[in-house]
This record gives sequence, C-alpha cells and structure tokens, in this order.
Amino acid sequence: MEMPAPNASVLSQKDQILRRLRAVLPHDAVISDEAQTRAYECDALTAYRCPPLCAVLPANTHEVAAVLKICSEMGVPVVPRGSGTSLAGGALPTADSVILGVAKMNAVIETNYPDRYIKVQTGRTNLSVTGAVEADGFFYAPDPSSQLACAIAGNIAMNSGGAHCLKYGVTTNNLLGVTMVMMDGTIVEIGGAHLDAGGLDLLGVICGSEGQLGVVTEATLRIMPKPEGARPVLMGYDSNETAGQVVTDIIKAGVLPVAIEFMDRPCIEATEAFAKAGYPMCEALLIVEVEGSDAEIDAQLKLIMEIAGKHNPVELREAKSADEAARIWLGRKSAFGAMGQINDYMCLDGTIPVSQLPYVLRRIGELSTHYGLGVANVFHAGDGNMHPLILFDANKPGDLELCEEFGAEILKLCVEVGGCLTGEHGVGIEKRDLMTVQYTQADLEAQMAVKDVFDPAWLLNAAKVFPLDSSQTRRVA
Amino acid sequence: MFQPQTEAALSDFIQSANAPLSIKGGGTREYAHVSGDIVDMSGMSGITLYEPGALTVVAKAGTPLKELTQALAAENQRLAFEPMDHRTLLGTTGEPTIGGIVAANISGPRRIAVGACRDFLLGVRFVDGAGAIIKNGGRVMKNVTGYDLVKLMAGAYGTLGVLTEVSFKVLPKVETETTLVFDGLDDATAIRAMSDALCSPYEVTGAAHDPSQGKTYLRLEGFADSVAYRARSLTQLLGRYGTAIQAQTDWDAIRDVAAFADLPGNVWRISTKPSAAPALVAQMNAKAVQYDWGGGLIWALTDDTDLRAKLGHFDGHATLVRGTAPAPRFHPQPAPLAAISAGLRRKFDPRNILNTGLMA
Repeated sequence: MEMPAPNASVLSQKDQILRRLRAVLPHDAVISDEAQTRAYECDALTAYRCPPLCAVLPANTHEVAAVLKICSEMGVPVVPRGSGTSLAGGALPTADSVILGVAKMNAVIETNYPDRYIKVQTGRTNLSVTGAVEADGFFYAPDPSSQLACAIAGNIAMNSGGAHCLKYGVTTNNLLGVTMVMMDGTIVEIGGAHLDAGGLDLLGVICGSEGQLGVVTEATLRIMPKPEGARPVLMGYDSNETAGQVVTDIIKAGVLPVAIEFMDRPCIEATEAFAKAGYPMCEALLIVEVEGSDAEIDAQLKLIMEIAGKHNPVELREAKSADEAARIWLGRKSAFGAMGQINDYMCLDGTIPVSQLPYVLRRIGELSTHYGLGVANVFHAGDGNMHPLILFDANKPGDLELCEEFGAEILKLCVEVGGCLTGEHGVGIEKRDLMTVQYTQADLEAQMAVKDVFDPAWLLNAAKVFPLDSSQTRRVA
Repeated sequence: MFQPQTEAALSDFIQSANAPLSIKGGGTREYAHVSGDIVDMSGMSGITLYEPGALTVVAKAGTPLKELTQALAAENQRLAFEPMDHRTLLGTTGEPTIGGIVAANISGPRRIAVGACRDFLLGVRFVDGAGAIIKNGGRVMKNVTGYDLVKLMAGAYGTLGVLTEVSFKVLPKVETETTLVFDGLDDATAIRAMSDALCSPYEVTGAAHDPSQGKTYLRLEGFADSVAYRARSLTQLLGRYGTAIQAQTDWDAIRDVAAFADLPGNVWRISTKPSAAPALVAQMNAKAVQYDWGGGLIWALTDDTDLRAKLGHFDGHATLVRGTAPAPRFHPQPAPLAAISAGLRRKFDPRNILNTGLMA
C-alpha cells in the first residue's frame, strides 16, 4: 500500500515543532522518543507500520485546539487516533505526521435520563459509555466487536456499526452533537441535545469522515432504555441458499430481530474447534435474536421458528436459559479469535443486498479455489454486511499480497452486485485504492470538495480514503 | 419552467442556466419556495427497485409519496419515519414527492423512536450547481464507503444539488396500534410523563401533548399481544399521572399539526431537548402550542414578531414554517458554522443558482 513520501521540510523542522508543542502541552503529553512513538506506528491493520514524527496526548478541547493551530501554521500533517483499533489503517501515521491521540480525554461530562442523552469526551471507550448508564437501565446502542477497546472518537470517524444495528442503527443514527476542533484550531459546536441539528447536516457528513474534517473532542450521544430481555435462537441449514431464504422470509414476515448473524461451514468448524459452543456441523448457521418481555419474545420466536422449520433445518435450537443464550452467542463472539488461532487472516467488510447472498458466497468459494487461500464467512445477514476472513500465512513470502488481491476481488464483487466496499470498518488505506470501483471521479470530487472546505490545506489524515492520484494536487498544493 | 425527464437533461439545463433556479417537487411546502426559473421534478418519477426481503426501495425523486406508500403497503411495509404532510397546515395543494421529503428531511411523530428521514436514507443521486451528476451511498443498509453526502443532501433544501433518485430502508407495517391518553396534565407534567414513557422499555412510538385539549398521547405499535402487554405495563408505570384511557387517536392529525390549520397566525417549529420545552414555551407568548417528540418538538402559533428574539440562546433551533416575520425562515448559525455552510454552497453551487438564499 503506497503512502505519500514524507515532507522533507517538516522533517527538518522536527525540533522546532516539538518545542512549540511542548510549550502548549504538559511535558508528558508530547512523545518523541523513538521507543515510545513505536506504540503509534500502526493500528489494528498491523501489516502496515510507520512511526510518526511524534505523538501528542492532549487532555481537553483547548489543548487539541492549541496543537492543531501549531500544526496548521507549520504545515504539519496530523493523524487523529482513538484507541487504534481500526482494521482499515485509519490511524496509520506517515513519518512527517503528528499523531493526535484522544486517550486522555475519557470523562463523562453530563448524563441526562429524562432527555435520554450522555455527553462524553471522545477518548472514552464505546463499552464504558454503556457502562456509565447501564446501572440506571440504559445503554448506548452501537456495539462494534471492538467495543471493549475502541473509542467514541474512532466510532464517529468511521461511523461504526455492530451486530445490533438492524434495529438500532449505526453511530450516525445515535449522534446528536459534537464539539470539534477544525485544523486551524477553531472550536465549533454542532448540534446539541436536541434532535436533528439545524442548518445543513454537518453532523451527518462529519460522522464517517475518517478524521479528515476535524478532531471531535466531545460528543452528545443518544442513549436508550434497555429492553426487558433478549433471547437468541440458532438454526442450521444444509445450504447457504436456504439460510438466505430464511433471512428474507423472517424479514418479510414483519418481525424485526435485533440481530441476524450468519456463519458458513469453514467458520463453524474453526469456532467449534476453538470455543466448543456445540454448534451443528452444517453449511450455514443463523443466530437470530429478538427482544422484549418473556411473552413478547415467545410470540416473536414462535413465528420465527415456524418460518425456520419450513426450510428443513439441520438444527433448530431456542435458548431456554441465560446460559444457553450465552452458549449460542459464544461461537459467534469468538469467531475472530478462533480464526486467529489457526491462521493469520484478513477481515473484509463489504456489504451486499441480502438477496445476493447465495450468489456472492458461491463466487467467494470459486475465488478461494482460484487463489488457493481459505476463507470463512461471518455475516450480519439482516443488513447485508459481510465479514469474509481470508486465511493466509504472514511468514510465507507473497501470501499477504495474494490475500490482498483476493480481498480486492471480493470487494469488487460486492460493488458489482449492488453493494459497497465497506459497511462499518471504513476505507482508511485498506480500501482507498478501490474507491474508483464504487465511485466515479465526479463522485470523489464531490467528497473531496467537502474536505477542501473543512481542511483547505489537506493536513488532516490526508493520505486516507481517496486514491492518492485523485487527491495528489490537493495534498501537495 | 423546465421539466427534466433524465439526469442528463437536467445536467445540461443547469450547466446552461444563467439565473437562479427554483427547485420544485410537489410544491406543497411553501416555506421552502424561492423565486426563480422553476425546475419541476415531476417528470422524473417512478420506483426503480423494490426488494421487500431486503427492506430497501429506490425511487426517482419526483415520485409521488402516495405512489411509493401504496407500493410499500402492498408488501405490508412502510416508510417508518412517517413524513408530515404540510398541505393541511399550509393550505397548499399538489402531491408531495419523495425528493421533496428528502430535501427538507421531513419526519413525523415516530422520529422519536426510529429516526428521521435522513436516518432511513441509504443513497442519493443528484445534479450539483455546476451540472455534475453525483451519486453517494447506495441501496444497502450499512455503508461507510467515503463521506456521507447522503446526510448532507437530506435537509439541504436543494441548495447543494437537485436530487434525482433516492433509496431508503423501509420497515414492516405493524399489526396493530393503540394510544394511551392522559387528561388534564399541565405542560411540564405532561413532558415528565412522556419522558418516563420514553425511558421505559415499552417502545413508545409517538409521544405528543396538546395543551388546548389537555390531552397527552402515547402510541404503542406492534403485534396485538405485545401491544396489549405494553399498554398494561405503561399504564401501571405512569399511574401517578392519572388513569390513562386507550383510544383510537388520529396520529396523522398530530403529525400534520392539523390543530393550527384553520387558525390565523405564524407557525414556528422548534426542536429542543424535552426538559427545556416548558420554559421556552413560557417565553414565547404564543397563541397556542403543540408538543410532539416527547416535548422535543414544539409547534407554536404566534403573531408576526421574531420568535427567536424572545427565546434567546437555547439548545436547539426554530424554523418559521408558515407566515412572515422580521426574521429569516431558518435559524441563523454561529459564525464558524455559517462559514462552513457557505463554503459548502460555494463548492456545490459555485454560481449560487440553486434555491438561492433559501437557507442562508
């Protein structure tokens, strides 16, 4: 993956940059020691690494503003970083960049139950937002798999989703307001505790802009009352087509499960070996979860089980207790870990129209044979968000490149059937060079025009999202 | 007037335009009209793709809402954000179009539970002020590929581009609905009751208060047994606010603010946080108010003064939806945000010809 060559003039001014940053931040908030900056050389896309010029850890909005003002004045690229869990390389530095980490900013600023919102500093982790309100019966809905570690700042940058967004939506649907620092150091407040911020929907375009428009330091998030209960069922089928049909039939029947998860045979086998959740050995496994009171759950599951039963399931298992529910989720939740035990893998994130599921899985199988690399599929089936895991050997020369090529073919396939390159992980550097598969140059120009307005000098995370040749003239201007 | 039949024709027309254009959907939302050469989008109409099993529909921007709603109803589905029909309140005629609804980001009472128009919008195609044909988003529910211009276009009132096609997530229709009605609550108490309801796990999908009737309405929807159970539970939970009766309620009338239709005066729409609403209303000196969204949406009937001047700074914004006042229709923004908005308009509409001045 190509990255722009570092700006020699910036590199040569390193001492002066550090001096100015140390003048506005506490001493331990500026990290320039080579051993320590190494901690910031990559995110969860570990195949790509590059130590930054330095890393800063501001403690509040004003410190962020001071840092950005200096970097703006000196023409220094800035890469914002949440918890560094991006699978797309969203927080990958360049050698001439300052990593701006929000980790120190993790406070809850305000909790308001009658108006159903929480205001937090964005370094706070996703799960600890729910943690701050759950004793009072509330939760924050978006639940990316990395929720134990990932920061709200990163969630906003990537518009993160999760397993339960069929019902509750993704980050953008749960974000009411932000405090954001522009690259020139200006602090702006957008939205607030009310619904539908006024004027143009700036909140909408900031969410998912991968840290390229500004650094969001505080966020007002919608919180919701916890459902009375939730219960999953597990179904096994002997073909992907049948499982796909079951998903369609459930959705058409008027039930809206909070989650519909899909796993294919390679994934089932790997997780079974690892987690021993007692999954049936079959071609396709579905986990469907519904919410409500016991009686409401019974009624919804009755309907779902009827539909499931009509398609000759290999297995149909309803959780009868919390323990059984946990066992049903156990395999799914340990799927990535399980794959990691047996192999290096690359996790993809394309979305497809649900109706295309059988075709896409068949094509992925054919591609897997062609490339000689195994692939396991985990899939948010209700919303069409696929996570094919391509297995490769990092120690085998050429295998990573082969894997990337295979991955690109799968993502092109997703676009070809009417879907998109990334459903919840973001473009970062990983899908950057594939953007032209989904978008025309005019489409990309329109997006880059937005960045021109927020960050005219293209200093914020500029080597991401847009193919380097598309953004070239802007970045070097 | 120009009535494009294709994106290409619209693009050519915009490129050759040398005077301001007024973008027209169904023409029912008078407050969003400006003077200019009319671009009538009714020629670009029709559903281009509908997959009930994937909960997605794609339609050309000029498609009448009625046509879309009927097609969805045939598959027992709907647009869950319940877009308001402004014809009642504004006394306008014509057929609202799906493009107009998106351009104005129009939602209804269910917004409080499921989200706004922009939350269900999956993709757009539009022609910008330079004539470029642009697509963003798509027709799948999860899509973070590049910037979300879909949201930016929703609620931009045609000032950044002329929408040509939109795609939506749709939801199943419900088996039944009921409404719990409380009587005689004052505004502050009613808002507390609505907040308690919305903080419960009983999935209230409408929470409105009409001070003139002294009635507070809480809507429950879903499968019959579930609705019955939640109605019982909610009645019990809210016992301290009095005894609720279950009654068929005209939510279309609440959605459309029908109560103000025949009353003279200006109509303002204020979005704020529910707990702030009673104090704001006290400052308004309004002839009448209606609350929706659990109190977070206030409809105020006023004389022709500038309501914003009476409200001062608050968490939210006020839009003048009917009448004229010595004030802009849309809430003025703080300088840094106004500068960003102006910058975006310069990029997307460099000659300043699309619904010129509407939002500024």
